[in-house]
Amino acid sequence: MIEIKDLHKSYKMGSNSLHVLKGINFSVEEGELVAIMGSSGSGKSTLLNILGMLDVANSGEYNLDGVPIKNLNETKAAKYRNKFLGFVFQSFNLINYKSALENVALPLYYQRIPRKERLERALKYLEQVGLKEWATHLPSELSGGQKQRVAIARAMASEPKVLLADEPTGALDSVTSYEVMDLIQKINDQGNTILVVTHEDDIAHMCKRIVHLKDGVIVEDKKVKQVRASEYV
Amino acid sequence: MFNRDRWKEILEVLTTNWFRTILTAFGVFWGILILIILLAAGKGLENGIKADFGNTATNTMFVWSRNTTKPYKGFPVGRNYEFNLEDVASLKQNFPKLLYVSPRNQLGGFRGVNNVVRGLNTGAYNVYGDYPDIIKQEPLIITRGRFINHSDIAEKRKIAVIGEGVRTGLYDPDEEVMGTYIKIQGVNFMVVGTYKKAANDGDGEEGQSQIFIPFSAFGQAFNTGNDVGFMAITAEDGSSITNMKEGIINQIKENRSIHPEDTRAVGNFDIYERYQRVESLFGAMKLIAYFVGILVLLSGIIGVSNIMLIVVKERTKEIGIRRALGEDPWSIRIQVLMESIFLTMISGMAGICIGALFIYGVNALLDANGPVDMFLNPSVSLSVVTIALVILIVSGLLAGFIPAQSAIKARPIDALRAE
Repeated sequence: MIEIKDLHKSYKMGSNSLHVLKGINFSVEEGELVAIMGSSGSGKSTLLNILGMLDVANSGEYNLDGVPIKNLNETKAAKYRNKFLGFVFQSFNLINYKSALENVALPLYYQRIPRKERLERALKYLEQVGLKEWATHLPSELSGGQKQRVAIARAMASEPKVLLADEPTGALDSVTSYEVMDLIQKINDQGNTILVVTHEDDIAHMCKRIVHLKDGVIVEDKKVKQVRASEYV
Repeated sequence: MFNRDRWKEILEVLTTNWFRTILTAFGVFWGILILIILLAAGKGLENGIKADFGNTATNTMFVWSRNTTKPYKGFPVGRNYEFNLEDVASLKQNFPKLLYVSPRNQLGGFRGVNNVVRGLNTGAYNVYGDYPDIIKQEPLIITRGRFINHSDIAEKRKIAVIGEGVRTGLYDPDEEVMGTYIKIQGVNFMVVGTYKKAANDGDGEEGQSQIFIPFSAFGQAFNTGNDVGFMAITAEDGSSITNMKEGIINQIKENRSIHPEDTRAVGNFDIYERYQRVESLFGAMKLIAYFVGILVLLSGIIGVSNIMLIVVKERTKEIGIRRALGEDPWSIRIQVLMESIFLTMISGMAGICIGALFIYGVNALLDANGPVDMFLNPSVSLSVVTIALVILIVSGLLAGFIPAQSAIKARPIDALRAE
């Protein structure tokens, strides 16, 4: 599903340049649930941003579902993001003047799906994350866990090929974290490919594979036995 | 354009900070209000001055005879000549574009002696010998009876049409005027009509105190025969009398054996030229109104642009999220532009409405307090409103352009990190 060859990325900081990613080689099959781990500054968020087409690499190849991702202009990148990717952020990033339902419907709006159908589909996804009754509530009326579930529903609404989660449990307490991970596992069980960036060991072990990043290179890439989050809930 | 979500969002963005939105809107509102009021005031002045012209045929010139200043064909310098009816006929024949050529004769005039007598009353009035056409060139409102007609000319009837000013001078207020006789330089004329002058070109008093008698009767009664004192010449609407002036004067010179280079022998006065000058003055005034109005509007637009920049800045993170979710940069640009256009349009239309209300108030005041000199019915036409709306749309676009550009300039990753 994802194939990366020799990816380099450096940032210019004044006269110095900061080499963040130093040749990443890595691939993800369909249906995998991968945790990307590393201490802060290891380049894990940069990698995720490049995978999410929010940032571009300096050199290297990136193929997503057989489509080479290169020479993107903003319009094309926006189209690919909408079609291929779903994002879950640490800080939820819901639009706070739109209701939960409208937030979930947003990616569908950008696909120019008619309003009625859009809202029907959004409601279906809200139901899947167990928040159907909260559809008309604004994000400010929801708890952190609920917000993240809305965000996950939003990411899933456009039926993306890959779900990218950047520290999805970073802002949540452990009970809520497990609830969210339970949801992510269930989505993965349906066959969706998911990448989770985290620095928490217990969260990482709820994935099926752990990739360790240190100083811009992959130091370890191993399959693990998945711990079901439902055991803790 | 007619996208429910887009409009919902525009309203949401603009209503989050009411106070700020209203302050911003005020700038545009004020600009368009001043533009409208300036244009209306200019129009009021124009209407007032044009009303003074009345329905005077403005495409008109007057010519009169003076002494020659060059000897020609055996005639000496300083010859005193007169036009006569042959000149009228030759002008009508040679210049088919002329609408009216009215020969006129005049008796009395500035500081004239008392020349009109009725019973015990006497008065000094201008007496004109005229053809019927003159009423179309220098409109009169006939208040009683009729004006001179062609049978009066043919039969040399001694009849008179007198001004309301003459009536008050020679008659008691409730006295019957029609059918009575007035004595003009010893000759009796029967009054068949009274008039009021429509135009008011600065000497209203004098204009109301004139007496019109048939041209032929004038010639017979006062011994001028076919001589013509002066002529009022009006051209058709499409052709300007100013352009025909030279040809007409040359024709007269030829008829009267005047040296072609004698520039002083034929006196003339061109209303059209004067009217054109007044017209161009109004053109200049309109230009100034637009200039000032648009400059004031411009400061309002800069205000809108400024606020839109702030709004975009405040929404950086939201824009980042939306771009991460796959919103087309163009869609974001259009969103910002539409917000800006919407804001300018709404505030501008409020300005137009309040401006119209203001004009309505001024008109009501003018109506209530009677006419004011040189100011009448200030108004803006629909075309001005259309122009104002176009200006608003264009300025909304201009105001939104920089903010829209800055909204998509930040990459989504930076926008997401913004707090």
